[in-house]
Amino acid sequence: MKKLCEMELKWKLQPVLELLHGRYHEMAPNVVPMDYTKDPDVKLPMQLIINMPELKENPFKERIVESFSEDGEGSLSFNDFVDMFSVLSEMAPRELKAIYAFKIYDFNTDNFICKSDLEKTLNKLTREELTAEEITLVCEKVIEEADMDGDGKLGFADFENMISKAPDFLRTRNKMYSVYSESSKEHRRVPRHYEEEESFLHYEEVIL
Amino acid sequence: MAQLPVALHISEDTESDGQEPSPCNEGAMHTSFRQLIQEQSSLVEAAAGAELEMPARDREPPEPQQDDEHAGYSSATLRILASMPSRTIGRSRGAIISQYCNRTARLRRRSSRPPLQQLSHAARPSLRQHHLDTDPAAATLEEKRSLLVKELLSLSPGQRSHMLLSVPLSLAEKRTLRQELSGQRGSPREDTQRGAPFSPCGRSKYHIILGCRGLWYGLLSLLPAVQPWHHALKQIGSRFGSSVLSYFLFLKTLLGFNVFLFLLLLVFVVALQAAYPPAPASHQPFTGLELLTGAGYFTRSLLYYGYYSNVTLNEPCAARPNCSAAAPPLPYNMPLAYVFTVGVSFFLTCILLVYSMSRSFGESYRVGGPVGDLAIKVFCAWDFKVVRKRWVKLQSENIRTQLKELLAERQSRSHPRSPCRQLEHVAVRLLAWGLSLGTVLGCVVAVHYFSEHMHAVQQDAGSRASGERRQEAVLLVLPLVVSLINAAMPHLYNLLATWEKWDSPVLEVYVAICRNLVLKMVVLGLLCYQWLSRKVVCSSEACWETCVGQDLYRFVVMDFIFTLLDTIFGELVWRLVLEKRLKRKQRPEFDIARNVLELIYGQTLTWLGVLFSPLLPAVQIVKLLLLFYIKKTSLMQNCQSPSKPWQASRMSTVFITLLCFPSFLGAAIFLSYTIWSVKPSETCGPFQGMETIYESGKTWVRLLEKSNPNITWFTWVHQYLLENTFFLFFVSGVLLAVIYFNIQVVKGQRRIIRLLKEQIANEGEDKIFLIQKLHSVYEQRERRS
Repeated sequence: MKKLCEMELKWKLQPVLELLHGRYHEMAPNVVPMDYTKDPDVKLPMQLIINMPELKENPFKERIVESFSEDGEGSLSFNDFVDMFSVLSEMAPRELKAIYAFKIYDFNTDNFICKSDLEKTLNKLTREELTAEEITLVCEKVIEEADMDGDGKLGFADFENMISKAPDFLRTRNKMYSVYSESSKEHRRVPRHYEEEESFLHYEEVIL
Repeated sequence: MAQLPVALHISEDTESDGQEPSPCNEGAMHTSFRQLIQEQSSLVEAAAGAELEMPARDREPPEPQQDDEHAGYSSATLRILASMPSRTIGRSRGAIISQYCNRTARLRRRSSRPPLQQLSHAARPSLRQHHLDTDPAAATLEEKRSLLVKELLSLSPGQRSHMLLSVPLSLAEKRTLRQELSGQRGSPREDTQRGAPFSPCGRSKYHIILGCRGLWYGLLSLLPAVQPWHHALKQIGSRFGSSVLSYFLFLKTLLGFNVFLFLLLLVFVVALQAAYPPAPASHQPFTGLELLTGAGYFTRSLLYYGYYSNVTLNEPCAARPNCSAAAPPLPYNMPLAYVFTVGVSFFLTCILLVYSMSRSFGESYRVGGPVGDLAIKVFCAWDFKVVRKRWVKLQSENIRTQLKELLAERQSRSHPRSPCRQLEHVAVRLLAWGLSLGTVLGCVVAVHYFSEHMHAVQQDAGSRASGERRQEAVLLVLPLVVSLINAAMPHLYNLLATWEKWDSPVLEVYVAICRNLVLKMVVLGLLCYQWLSRKVVCSSEACWETCVGQDLYRFVVMDFIFTLLDTIFGELVWRLVLEKRLKRKQRPEFDIARNVLELIYGQTLTWLGVLFSPLLPAVQIVKLLLLFYIKKTSLMQNCQSPSKPWQASRMSTVFITLLCFPSFLGAAIFLSYTIWSVKPSETCGPFQGMETIYESGKTWVRLLEKSNPNITWFTWVHQYLLENTFFLFFVSGVLLAVIYFNIQVVKGQRRIIRLLKEQIANEGEDKIFLIQKLHSVYEQRERRS
């Protein structure tokens, strides 16, 4: 049994973790140690992480990083970093994606998407190019459509119910590969077939 | 009501802890929440090991905005509200674990009846969940975790891994859970495992399992390298989003279908005929024009029907009628092989198409209709795949436009137009449809007269005995004209659509697809009629099947050339014009609908031509491969993603449905008619001299009957099931009944959804009522004290 686990570790988990650690390390080479197996207590602040090419242009980058950070300030340890990419990968189950999407859209973290959260979401989506009355109108209509229990805001059950109607919800293919091959050529030392995010499927099963 | 005394009890407890801020001091009240929640969670997790970090996921108190809704609620009420499960779920680790514990227990209960000893546990309502959150002394995190592990062990491995995958805990937590699971799993089996490796059987089995696993992982690591275009598709998806990607995925699907068809035909028909070539006729020299016209050198080649022999291959007595050699070891009856391979490949393609269509439909269909499209647009429209700054900006603009359009649609729906405007609207629509159908009719008539004219020219050229090459070049004109019509008319329809001014952009897209499809299918229908009736085309040929095959080959090649020209002029030249001449920053949009319809048209031509030209799928494969790279390059250099709203999954369903219904169905009808009713030519091909192609099958069955009277069941099956129409009626009746039944089931589900929604609304009202009641109780108590 133990040998099977070790084998799974060697084949599935190790290369992906190496790849991710490489990215983590390159953000702050002076701070992050090369050896991640000892679980070093290093956290990178949010400013560094939101400058990653995958997240740089994403309007929700701060919220994404905050929802995965353990201390709530937005700094990610290596485990949180791996967590983030595993949930964002293509193969993460839909329920997990729905839970984290709810966290991302919940700006004031009160476990409900209220009107102010919606307004902030819309502003980030459209880069503040909608007029104020359009925003209000959209928020009202969204709450009207999705709120089922009549409390004027969207709980997780309302959100999940509405998401289930959208079949191509959060098709977040991990952009890691596309940017990887285009921008950082010097990382070719990692074998090519582990650059794909499908490897996250196997790695998820092993980590659990 | 059992919850209320518990909650009151707790609030008194915490009140006595000295947490008594004054309700007037808002700031203190909010910090009191934070303190309260942190204290709760820290008490709960105090027993946890040092590796668990401080759970700051339980940090956030309700923000000041929320105060507006609960204005006037007392601090005690607010405290209780803060610890409601709906607010703590997903926040505190203990709450997540206990929620998933219950979910697992429910799953286990659903899968099997619980044993009698545990019945009391199963019957107890899940009040534990609420107790565990609000009563810190009830269970530590360790206890909750061990409870979850115990529940998980009782599930099947598949359910267990799925449950673990979907728990929203951090990686460290999941690792701990997994370690505990394997630890617990290991211990009861330790006794048996200790025995196994020592016996030679067990040891070798263990090593075999290890070896197989190693091999499997090695193969899995190679899998991405084997998938075609893996990298290219990712590139496209990351830059243009999933809507443009759906076109390329559709292309990949078509390639799959063609490869399947080609392999079947290659193995059973082409390769064997190539191994036993018929008597060689005089070959015409190869000139380059053959690649375009398909005639000349290719006429007597494996490409066309006419080459295939109508005898049993591998038979030594074929040439010498008086020989008395023994029966051949493996006789291969070519005509039977030909007709069965084509028939079976079509049947399998049909099954594959229907399967992929139903799977795609299942993924995209939602019971309950398209309500909530605005909410879905807000939450699901953002394509997280897109990364570059320019494309991200474009995407925000797209979403903004779509939101504005949706709002405008809502406005127009809520303010209905005046009757005058409505009449005008209807008149414009009717006129547009009339115009488009009129143009279709006009094109069809034009093609008909043109083909007659070309036939006359050809006869003329033949009688004048002008060069072969000129004759064959004349043959290219009809495909050229048809491709020209197919390329030019969609642009006209786009112009028509802009004149019509549709309200809903989705409807505009569907209407455009519809019009294009009608044009293409009607023109193809006319051509099929011409080929089968042979009054105009191929009327003078002795081997008409080869002629029809050549015609189809020419159509396929011409379609490819025109797609190429369309890409060059429509995308490259247009972009240059926009940039250099008109000095606009915009690039031409990638028109997904038009491109997909072109693909479907090409595939229809291939399916139509399979019987007459067994190597036509190979030609289509080469065409699709080249098309992928050309389209991709042009897309990257010249285009931008479409601004119209595309729901990628619904569009994939539409594409595959269009491929199945007009395209494949039409080809299957054409094929069936040809096999059943058309007389094959006398001098060439595998079915020379028979009445119909189907007769070969009938002859074979009769031969079998004569040779072996014991297999009467086979002839019985053939006679009563295949030839008798009653069986077909019966099967259609059963299918219709099944469809009706499923429609009723869906109706019932919709009704249930409506009832459940009403129930949820009622529960919400109940909750608000209870909160008000709670608040009034506390107010009264405060007034009394």
